[in-house]
Amino acid sequence: MFNNLLFTAAAENVKEMSIGDAAITAVFGYSVVFAGLVILMILLYCTGAYFKSKDAKEKAAADAAKAAAQKAAPAEKSPEAKTELPLAPGSAGHVKLFDVPDKEAAMIMAIVADKMQKPLNELHFISIKEVK
Amino acid sequence: MDILETLKTLWNDSGFQSFFVDGGWKNLIMIFISCVLLYLGIKKKFEPLLLVGIAFGCLLVNLSYFGAGSTDALYHMDLWDEFLDPSSEYYHSYGAIMAHGGLLDILYIGVKAGVYPSLIFMGVGAMTDFGPLISNPKSLLLGAAAQMGVFLAFFGAVCLGFSGNQAASIGIIGGADGPTAIFLTTRLAPELLGPIAIAAYSYMALIPMIQPPLMKLLTTKKEREVKMEQTRVVSKTEKIIFPIIVAMFVILLLPSTAPLVGCLMLGNLWRECGVTERLSDTVQNALMNIVTVFLGISVGATTAAERFLSLETIKIIVLGLTAFCFSTIGGLLVGKIMYKLSGGKINPLIGSAGVSAVPMAARVSQMEGQKANPSNFLLMHAMGPNVAGVIGSAIAAGFLLAVFK
Repeated sequence: MFNNLLFTAAAENVKEMSIGDAAITAVFGYSVVFAGLVILMILLYCTGAYFKSKDAKEKAAADAAKAAAQKAAPAEKSPEAKTELPLAPGSAGHVKLFDVPDKEAAMIMAIVADKMQKPLNELHFISIKEVK
Repeated sequence: MDILETLKTLWNDSGFQSFFVDGGWKNLIMIFISCVLLYLGIKKKFEPLLLVGIAFGCLLVNLSYFGAGSTDALYHMDLWDEFLDPSSEYYHSYGAIMAHGGLLDILYIGVKAGVYPSLIFMGVGAMTDFGPLISNPKSLLLGAAAQMGVFLAFFGAVCLGFSGNQAASIGIIGGADGPTAIFLTTRLAPELLGPIAIAAYSYMALIPMIQPPLMKLLTTKKEREVKMEQTRVVSKTEKIIFPIIVAMFVILLLPSTAPLVGCLMLGNLWRECGVTERLSDTVQNALMNIVTVFLGISVGATTAAERFLSLETIKIIVLGLTAFCFSTIGGLLVGKIMYKLSGGKINPLIGSAGVSAVPMAARVSQMEGQKANPSNFLLMHAMGPNVAGVIGSAIAAGFLLAVFK
């Protein structure tokens, strides 16, 4: 009895509802949550598409600028040509990186050298690839 | 000095004596329950940051509260009943609470005013990386689907005889989001705060036990083995714009979500904007810890025996578990639909992470995915639905608040 008294006294705006009303409220509420998040999803797709196209444009502009610079200075050696230079004595060689940032590649090479107890310049890394 | 009389007075004033009169045995049971909760928090590490505080608050209130006339109590339910009674002279009077309340009454003002849950959300926002959600907005569908338990438990609670307000507060346990549950319950059914908070946090801690059987039941091995492709890298500008867009849209849609969503997104903006590291750090650590202290102990204070020990509490515990299970099922079912529609590119296990419990639910998806296929890394994919669930449960709470307030 005491519990009932407390439960009714404490809630000031208690709304009693029928099972039918509850079912309608539940279905409507779930639909509102879905609708809200679907609209938010559309907004995110729109902003995502905008930023993707912006990035693509910036990348294209940067590539075009790079190509123009290479045309304007044909005498200057291309970066590819530079990499063909003979290696310095003791160099670890050219490493092909696939989806691995330079810093991580350097870290991996250092760890491998450490584990093998060999100086880094005595090792020849051919390529480093991220396994997905 | 009459020693015998003095001893008698001391005995009559002591709490020990109170155990033997007028339902005092209920306090003994609650003291035992608080010790069990302390054990679960400390030994079993069930959401210890909050559960230890809640359990100790429960212990304190049941050691000091013996009926409405208890002047030494740390928490006075009678004061709060008057606070909520429109016919009382102390109706909505925080001054009366400050003047006549105990320590826990004063701390509880932060719960009642919705301050602590909102500040916790600010910390959650500052700790959350929404990148996985921004890079894969479809995750929002899983976050929405995983609110199914909220509305099913709400319906179930009405069927079991709870009022609309109480049913809404019970249903939100299925959102698996403690601060949201506390926020909604203090507004709609404050008399149920103790059992609802304990159920919400206990079930959140039990997610690694509740979800895996349902995940295995509802998905095939082939589905669980699916390896998902890496999502695109999200730019810093997108991460800065995201909290602003979400705050604007969700608050305009459901203004009652403003305290929760506003704080969540403000915390996230501080994290991402790059010029407020000090604030972001404070909100994530110092403020979050301080608020957790106050929230835990004051929620525990609402578990005084004469209110907590009732058939309603058992019903809430059962409905809460039902809500959690159906939220998981909702996420998994939509995950399966997305698996079919994407031609097998989406692993349905990430659907169960749509219940908010960040990051526990995402970790469970990762573990189950890896059990099926050791080279499977679902964590970042599951973080998308997981943070979408936080927004989804806030919207669900906002809807229920709009309907029942």
